[in-house]
Amino acid sequence: MATDNRPLSPHLQVYRPQLTSVMSFTHRTCGMLLSLGMVMAVVWLLALASGEEAFQTVNGWLAHPLGLAALLVWTASLYYHFLNGIRHLLWDSGLLLDLKGAYASGWTVLVLTVVLTAITWGGLL
Amino acid sequence: MSEFRHPLKKAMGHGSAGDGVGHWWAQRFSALLLIGLTVWLIWALTRLAGADHGSAAAFLGSPFNATMAILFMVAGFYHGQLGLQVIIEDYVHRRAAEVALIVIVKALALFGAVLSVLAVLKLALGV
Repeated sequence: MATDNRPLSPHLQVYRPQLTSVMSFTHRTCGMLLSLGMVMAVVWLLALASGEEAFQTVNGWLAHPLGLAALLVWTASLYYHFLNGIRHLLWDSGLLLDLKGAYASGWTVLVLTVVLTAITWGGLL
Repeated sequence: MSEFRHPLKKAMGHGSAGDGVGHWWAQRFSALLLIGLTVWLIWALTRLAGADHGSAAAFLGSPFNATMAILFMVAGFYHGQLGLQVIIEDYVHRRAAEVALIVIVKALALFGAVLSVLAVLKLALGV
């Protein structure tokens, strides 16, 4: 059966963005960024295991302004995906499925992501 | 030659794709494990930030931290490749490219998981 050129139902562009859809999209985006972060984690572990020189080289990349920016984005993505993942698990258990619960938990995730990211970096700097 | 059998007849009784439920549970189980492991990771990273090579190696080489680091990396790569698979299935519509990308992602995840396990074991066993 030919699957190309089939008519598509109205997609993203015809809808006004809502908190729920934007957060769903963000969950996936953060998941992809965290997968990239896993690659960086392997590089860091290999450097640590191979010796002091490699360890200082990799830490030098992370201390570069671009490295710090990447770490900041990674921290926020981790907190967001962690908190919103718990929100998904609650939904899977049949909780918070009404509009009020979906919006209240959504705003909670966003606020906690900002607060936890700020606390983490505030403690480091 | 035209197809006389109704498409519905071919689809019925096979579920949506045959293996969606197993994938769904695997993603949730690994998510549950990662809740605890991520709490450890955040604590560990605050200890590791700014640490020199000796103290970082000693920290991750302790039996508890090495165990948690290995579990995090394995569960993380497992959970990640499950999620990336769904994204590829949703957005890559050419079947050949879809299958090729999924195989590449799963192979890289396996490679990364084994590399991290060996790196942490090297620290823990001091070889």
